Amino acid sequence: MIELKGVTKSFGQNHVLRGVDLTIPSGKSVVVIGGSGTGKSVLLKCILGLVRHDGGQITLDGQDVTRAERDPFLARFGMLFQGGALFDSLRVWENVAFRLMRGALARPKAEAREIAIEKLRRVGLKPDVAELFPAELSGGMQKRVGLARAIAAEPEIIFFDEPTTGLDPIMAGVINDLIREIVVEMGATAMTITHDLTSVRAIADRVAMLHAGRIQWTGPVAEMDATPDPYVQQFIHGRAIGPIEAVR
Amino acid sequence: MTGALAAIGRPVLAALAAVGRVAIFAASALGHLFRPPWYIREFGLQVMQIGWFSLPVVGLTAIFTGGALALQIYAGGSRFNAEAVVPQIVAIGMARELGPVLGGLMVAARVASSIAAEIGTMKVTEQIDALVTLSTNPMKYLTIPRLLAATLTMPVLVGAGDAIGIMGGWLVGISRLEFNSASYLRNTVEFLEFWDIGSGLVKGAVFGFIVALMGCYHGMNSARGAQGVGAATKAAVVAASVLILAANYLLTEVFFSA
Repeated sequence: MIELKGVTKSFGQNHVLRGVDLTIPSGKSVVVIGGSGTGKSVLLKCILGLVRHDGGQITLDGQDVTRAERDPFLARFGMLFQGGALFDSLRVWENVAFRLMRGALARPKAEAREIAIEKLRRVGLKPDVAELFPAELSGGMQKRVGLARAIAAEPEIIFFDEPTTGLDPIMAGVINDLIREIVVEMGATAMTITHDLTSVRAIADRVAMLHAGRIQWTGPVAEMDATPDPYVQQFIHGRAIGPIEAVR
Repeated sequence: MTGALAAIGRPVLAALAAVGRVAIFAASALGHLFRPPWYIREFGLQVMQIGWFSLPVVGLTAIFTGGALALQIYAGGSRFNAEAVVPQIVAIGMARELGPVLGGLMVAARVASSIAAEIGTMKVTEQIDALVTLSTNPMKYLTIPRLLAATLTMPVLVGAGDAIGIMGGWLVGISRLEFNSASYLRNTVEFLEFWDIGSGLVKGAVFGFIVALMGCYHGMNSARGAQGVGAATKAAVVAASVLILAANYLLTEVFFSA
């Protein structure tokens, strides 16, 4: 279980997180929604230690993440980045098998390649894609490769940063379905950040809305549409008028 | 008055802070150099990228410089009947100064820019973050192989540049200045001392370190977007070039001051 208590983070005078309290239960899929620039990605990066939070506490299974030994801690995570973040200089299979060829999880090259091709198949890509370079792939294929890399070492926790941004609705649906299937199949804990409501409905067990640096509302996805919270209502209905300023 | 002092003080403080950040980055890199894991494949790739693929540009620079140097020394020497010193001065000029400095500057233009652009792009496209989440230290995976490859291959490039530059002088000497080929080469070989060449190779290693350090530092600290990567690339080349010239003076003082 991941717990955030009063997490704050500022960049100069820009106070992005102003005391975030959030619980991500083990085996559940939590989706954090919120407008652009509200600090969703920063929140995710704080949990991973990519960005150091200024105040508050983040724990994973009761242990403060800032005191955890980095390699074993990070080995529990997989992450799909917004733009894929595939390594340009490596072939697709080398990207997917990156973690399997280095560090504590290192194994022989042939075995790592075999696992990579299996994971590529799992996300709907043919084995001949394995030898291509990321620049030769479409945006949707890059997302799938990023997803294959995120699950290659079968992590306990998977983070998805805007998984459907930049994709057409059909490809976005494919990615949403894949994420849901994989999370259920692996029994993983998932945290997704998005402002795509189709993704929210497809992926989430629970939803948390981040606004003005705090969690504005949190609850089961089934209750999202019925909640009287004016912020959530404005966000899910895409209204320009409401408590959330349209010009930020 | 206070405003004027502040206007002077601000850039001075900023410059000192930048020097401090580079020093911390270099110290951190050196600390990682001696601790595993070492990425041998990455190192090999960088040896090819930085060393092997820089050879044509260093070679071309050296051969034209050697040729021009021979013409200039001949023209200058003829004013006091010292035309015969062309082989010796070309050799010492290339080995001690022009080989390492021009080689260093050409590699700075080619390699520091390429490293800064590559790492800067990796940073803005979250590839550096991805490395961290895959339990890979970017300093070890990206910086150390480049630093090591540049530091080890630059002396080889300088050595090759020295030889090619001397050959450039020889070509001009025998074809345009009526030198005898055998005596030109004999004078060159007999005149050069070990430290003439050795000092240039040491300079090459230092310049290689500077080139890779500036490329990696500016790439890792690149701001967002195409403009950020462009600015990082420019800063890497400018900083590497200026530092090479400054380091060259300091090393020459250390090696050759009486």
